[in-house]
Amino acid sequence: MELIDKIGNEGKKKDVPDFRAGDTVKVYYRFNEAGKTRKQIFQGIVIQKRGSGMNSTFTIRKISHRIGVEKIFPVHSPLIDEIEILSRGHTRKAKLFYLRDKKGKKGKVRQSKKRTLKAYKNKE
Amino acid sequence: MLGLIGKKIGMTRTFTEEGNSVPVTLLELGPCVVTQQKNNDKDGYNALQVGFQEVDEKKVSKPLAGHFKKNDLKFYKFLNEFKVGENNLKEFDVGSELTVEMFRETELVDVTGVSKGRGFAGVMKRHNFSGKNATHGTHKSFRGAGSIGQCATPSRVFKGKKMAGHMGNSVTTIHNLEIVRVDKDRNMVMVKGAVPGHKNSNIIVKKVKQ
Repeated sequence: MELIDKIGNEGKKKDVPDFRAGDTVKVYYRFNEAGKTRKQIFQGIVIQKRGSGMNSTFTIRKISHRIGVEKIFPVHSPLIDEIEILSRGHTRKAKLFYLRDKKGKKGKVRQSKKRTLKAYKNKE
Repeated sequence: MLGLIGKKIGMTRTFTEEGNSVPVTLLELGPCVVTQQKNNDKDGYNALQVGFQEVDEKKVSKPLAGHFKKNDLKFYKFLNEFKVGENNLKEFDVGSELTVEMFRETELVDVTGVSKGRGFAGVMKRHNFSGKNATHGTHKSFRGAGSIGQCATPSRVFKGKKMAGHMGNSVTTIHNLEIVRVDKDRNMVMVKGAVPGHKNSNIIVKKVKQ
């Protein structure tokens, strides 16, 4: 088990920001298409974080042209350039799958009063 | 082919330079020691007997202890034979050490281990049968196998018919797994894909026949 922590997690990124389900984030990522690397941005609410170490992933949901779109990113993927946190949400659950069934205002996550962006900056 | 004895540590993932995720298994291999040479003239085949995991003398049986003492070796918990060519016999004398340095990245290997035991398993789990209907009047038997043969001819069940029974806990070999990384300092090899057995179970890694 020691070995898997040491070697298996060697490719882990060190600059991953501390975000939770309910936070709104902007992900800057690259992908290969027809031999070329293209850059894209995906912005939305984090509805789940799962796994540990190298295996951890997170799911982002957004409403695009009235259609819900979800994307799963591996946290430590080298194709992710940056994860920018736009706002901190207040949630009572760790997995926000209920958002899939909600429309309009109910499909939103209230901003956290304790976990504000300022509070995180002061910590650093 | 020449190989090593080792231990399965567990699975994780790595990323390629293009960003593709590769599922890998970590294996701790060797260092192993050649404990005996078998040659064609005396034994009828060429092979190297290899020992892994040093233990106290008390932990091995007396006949085995004598076998090790004959060549002034230390005592090993696990022994395995690898059939090799004559040039390997000349290269590795009794007492010489085998390490992960024999493997190269992107090389293919066969991995043998004892698969996880599943106990007495039904036909759906053991042989991927489809089971029976959930509705339409199915009575009490939802996961059964159905008919196992005909009537008066042949009036018996054929041998080897797939039925429920003990599953797993058998020696299993996975062929042609790619080596992703070799770490000489930690005696560790990363292999692409899954390997039979529990964590910390013993495995044998062999080179693939060219």
